[in-house]
Amino acid sequence: MAIGRQPAATGDSGVLSRPTWTTGWASWLTTVDHKRLGLLYLVSSFIFLGFGSIEAFLIRLQLARPEQQLISPDVFNQMFTMHGVTMVFLAIMPMGIGFANYFVPLMIGARDLAFPRLNAFGYWVYALAGLFLYTSFFLGGAPDVGWFAYAPLTSLSNNPGNGVDFYMIALLVSGVGTLVTAMNLIVTVINLRAPGMTFMRVPLFVWMMLVTSFLIIFAFPPLTIALFQVIMDRTFGTLFYVPEAGALPILWQHLFWIFGHPEVYIIILPAFGVISEVIPTFSRKPLFGYPIMVLSGIFIGFMGFAVWSHHMFTTGLGPVANTAFALTSFVIGIPTGIKVFNWIATMWGGHVRFAVPMLYATAFLITFTLGGITGIMLAVPPFDAQVQDSYFVVAHFHFVMGGGALLSFLAALYYWFPKMTGRMIPEGLGRIAFWLVVPGFYLIFWPQHFAGMVGMPRRVQTYEANIGLDAYNMMSTAGTFVFGAGMLLVLFSAIWAIRNGKIAGDDPWDGRTLEWATTSPPPHYDFDVVPEVNDRDPVWLQKHPELLERRDAISEAADPEHMPPEHVEQESIHIPGQSWYPFIAALGTFVGSYALLYHNLFLGLFASLIIFISCYAWAFEGVGGHHEHVTPTVGGRS
Amino acid sequence: MSHTVVAPTHEEYRSTKLPDIKLMMWIFLASDCMFFGSLIGTYLVYKDKSLVGPYPIDILNIPLTTVSTFVLLMSSFLMVLALHSLRSNDIPKFRLWTFGVCFFGAIFLGFQVFEFSHFVHEGLTLSQNLFGTTFFVLTGTHGVHVTIGVLMLLSLLIASYVRPVAAKDAVYLEVTGLYWHFVDIVWIVIFTVIYLVEFV
Amino acid sequence: MPVVRWFRRVAPPLGLTLMLGGCVTDGPRSMMHPAGEVARQQMDLFMWTFWLSIAVLILVVGVLTFAIIRFRRQYTGDKDAIPNQVHGSVPLEITWTIIPVIIVILVAVPTVRAIFATEVRVTAEEGDTIVNVTGYQWWWRFEYPELGIVTANELHMPVGSRLILDLDSADVLHSFWVPKLAGKRDMIPNQENQLWLSADEPGVYYGHCAELCLGAHAYMRFRVIVDTQEDYDAWVAAFQNAGQQAETPAQPVQDAQLIDQGRALFAQKGCIGCHTVEGFASFPTGNPDYPNLTNFGLRRTVGAAVLENNRENLARWIRNPQAVKPGNYMPTLWRADDPAAEEESSAIAAYLLSLGSEGQEPRTQADARGGSDGDR
Repeated sequence: MAIGRQPAATGDSGVLSRPTWTTGWASWLTTVDHKRLGLLYLVSSFIFLGFGSIEAFLIRLQLARPEQQLISPDVFNQMFTMHGVTMVFLAIMPMGIGFANYFVPLMIGARDLAFPRLNAFGYWVYALAGLFLYTSFFLGGAPDVGWFAYAPLTSLSNNPGNGVDFYMIALLVSGVGTLVTAMNLIVTVINLRAPGMTFMRVPLFVWMMLVTSFLIIFAFPPLTIALFQVIMDRTFGTLFYVPEAGALPILWQHLFWIFGHPEVYIIILPAFGVISEVIPTFSRKPLFGYPIMVLSGIFIGFMGFAVWSHHMFTTGLGPVANTAFALTSFVIGIPTGIKVFNWIATMWGGHVRFAVPMLYATAFLITFTLGGITGIMLAVPPFDAQVQDSYFVVAHFHFVMGGGALLSFLAALYYWFPKMTGRMIPEGLGRIAFWLVVPGFYLIFWPQHFAGMVGMPRRVQTYEANIGLDAYNMMSTAGTFVFGAGMLLVLFSAIWAIRNGKIAGDDPWDGRTLEWATTSPPPHYDFDVVPEVNDRDPVWLQKHPELLERRDAISEAADPEHMPPEHVEQESIHIPGQSWYPFIAALGTFVGSYALLYHNLFLGLFASLIIFISCYAWAFEGVGGHHEHVTPTVGGRS
Repeated sequence: MSHTVVAPTHEEYRSTKLPDIKLMMWIFLASDCMFFGSLIGTYLVYKDKSLVGPYPIDILNIPLTTVSTFVLLMSSFLMVLALHSLRSNDIPKFRLWTFGVCFFGAIFLGFQVFEFSHFVHEGLTLSQNLFGTTFFVLTGTHGVHVTIGVLMLLSLLIASYVRPVAAKDAVYLEVTGLYWHFVDIVWIVIFTVIYLVEFV
Repeated sequence: MPVVRWFRRVAPPLGLTLMLGGCVTDGPRSMMHPAGEVARQQMDLFMWTFWLSIAVLILVVGVLTFAIIRFRRQYTGDKDAIPNQVHGSVPLEITWTIIPVIIVILVAVPTVRAIFATEVRVTAEEGDTIVNVTGYQWWWRFEYPELGIVTANELHMPVGSRLILDLDSADVLHSFWVPKLAGKRDMIPNQENQLWLSADEPGVYYGHCAELCLGAHAYMRFRVIVDTQEDYDAWVAAFQNAGQQAETPAQPVQDAQLIDQGRALFAQKGCIGCHTVEGFASFPTGNPDYPNLTNFGLRRTVGAAVLENNRENLARWIRNPQAVKPGNYMPTLWRADDPAAEEESSAIAAYLLSLGSEGQEPRTQADARGGSDGDR
């Protein structure tokens, strides 16, 4: 998008006049504010989480008892496919990106992302791609090939309906949104840190989002190419995955998992970041071993590209390849173990307050450790040969994705809700919900380990009675009611609290990082004065200046003698202008998706025209915006 | 609150002192490596796997493609000249060299169109065999990259007539240049992997 | 070392019972009670990682629980007190870098050994049983290239023999999985995959397709029947003589009239267009891409191990395949209100059950020995 930054200093040179709404629906469509976009991401991801949960619930109902026929095999296949795709691409991953959108700029003392309009474009592309995917239910059936859509199940001869096209196009388009957002975040973290915010002072959440973003930019292209190849196969008759022409279906698996394994870390690393913020805050201690935590996160991300074939141990890669990928997979256990120990060490000797976010963080520690352990078991190829594609795997990845990522995002929700809305989610309801969510989660997924080991393959619409599977499946289904009740309680207490919660104040948790230095919710320019940073926990140190002298030797990051670089005087705050074009360009991709799906040339040309014009208008419109003068309240805090 | 029109944000404080847009382009190119890597990987996996002809050895024309490769390489040279001219505020030369880059890029695309239509005439289509499938998609994707590059440069060229440009705007040309050089380097890899390897 | 052997025998049930509080761990597809060399090695490896995991869990959860109890803010007294601001500790960091390294090495060594013991491609030797397996949506074709036998959904092997399977797929991906005998191996078009396994004793072992293949994937089951050598020889003989037997029963059979009617209907209704029956003389042999029904009377199950093979079930399956196995490709031959359906399907079932059963009792000793697994 090089031309996206034409030297257009002045405002209205585009097709549409520059929008300036601050309230109403149009203000949301045209917003470029990272906080508003973060909220949009979070709301959308929770809506998709709801859709995904409904699908999961139907799956569990069908499997509650053996030999049931509540829903037909076809619909069942659509349910688990949409459940997987929704949870991975439309719910959990965007949830991490949503929190990042809102809090990365706040935590590094920036006023927005580096490319605010590109950020808006990323959001709208994701949201509209999700909408596009869900229209498949009304337009001939949803995809039914599982979330990794192995070739040649996706070929036109094996799957003539258009569900597969919906899958391929939706992921391709939403992938573009994810890619530009990740690039935007990288530039932001590298370039927009506040004066004095060196890399060794960046909060762990920001670090993990940086690693995640790098994973995204390297992992999504192979997926995009693989999707593109299948679209070409189905639309233009190429032969990438046509076995009759000599094609090798295994190629899809390689391309998919070169994306797919880093994707696992794309989901879990933001969760690590959240936990690394929550535990120090509620322990009133700095994060234990910050440099090691950063390095192990980078190492996990790096190794994430060296283990993809452990998803393919049973495809006959041969003993040498299986050994190699088993060993690299084991190696990932080391930095992960280090992280767990460091989190516990952070609590050690602290004054731990078990508010709701901390409860979820503790549940995360145990659940994630369990998921990590089964992960190591699955990395043992001979044992993996038994449990691959069984419910054991289903249990494992729900422990890391649900118990790892989702629980930590719930921690993040409770932790940052006061900052985002200015109000608290009621503590009592939060505790009740916690004691429904976590036990419910275990009731669903713990028995699935055993269902797998007793011989239940995944993705089966039903199973035989009396071969040892009945009890486990019944427990699992019963768990969904408990878990579901807990999640609904979380949802309703949060919605209720938006208007009726207790006023939070700027710093309800006695926080440590920069987001607590501004008001709740923050003003649209984030900070009255861009803060200067001379420690990892700037807000904490500002509150407790006496700690400056008592600093530990290992805290290399603290350098009282070295003052931050020359302070940039903010005479006025630049507010980037709102814009229609990101939304319109995203709308173009939405229309284009249908054009590709229905092979409609005219619609395709129309969509291309929309995208082309809005790109140029976007470029020549320029950043725009205005300056505001703010009278700073002292220290940014009241 | 007073509202005034402002300069773009990149003039404000930046941690690395690099313009955002340049950083962005480097990161995009890193990502683009993986796009081409996946396509080239696919080509290599399916090399010699075609069940029916035409096979690459029957159909590839090395001298012709060498010429088009040379043209593309020269365009990169012109790109450097264009950037140098803009940085030294020599706007006419900047326009000339930028036009040269676009022109050479267009010649390269012309060669590609000729090659594609020739191959189709010879019976190699997208769905003829795995070679056709992988060849057209890989070189086609590269061709789309070149086309986008030409469009970006043309836009910069036209923009220079619409509103005044000066050395301070060189960053936009520089960033487009990064892209252009990258596309050029990728072609060298593709040329080696598809064409030269067949005849060693 | 008898102690080690004793421990290996006692450990799995003990550990699993601990975890489960006495829930079911056995079943005909349970990998937790392996019945073959490959599956046993795989399970042993699991038990090894399992005990290591218990150690890790005790460590992590123990320390965490202690921290939760000891360092609660209510417990530590003064709510506003600031704990000692420890930023880290190099010796501790080194310690808990080394702990996972050791655990990983402890897992890695037996893993690599087991990979090379179970996953190396083998070449057939004297006494091995070789079967070419082809996966179809949603059934299994088993071909014994050395014996010229083609059958479907039930694989026979002699006890003590090593079974070498060459795996292929005719359409989408499938995966061959008999948990009690060996872990799975995927079946991929244009890729030659091999799996080998062996069984300790005769019995009936349940298998299932483990890779999503749409439609009736949940019903893509099969059986591996491990026979004594003599039973196996009899089974082979039944196939090699199938051609001669089918038309001229060696001894009088019950329901001869019904069987004759069924044989006629088998041709008349078009079954023979797809299904091969060796020795069905007056009609062309069917398509190799559909289940071969030679000696069907020897089969234990119907519809890829979905139902037990008896006349009632078989007739039900023939009458309305979609009701038994939703999504499969078998056509429904009678309209729902056709009064003849009942009788005709029953006749075809009688005919099919007579195949191969002329010379011998179809049920063999394996039943009695594998009886604990049940043949449901």
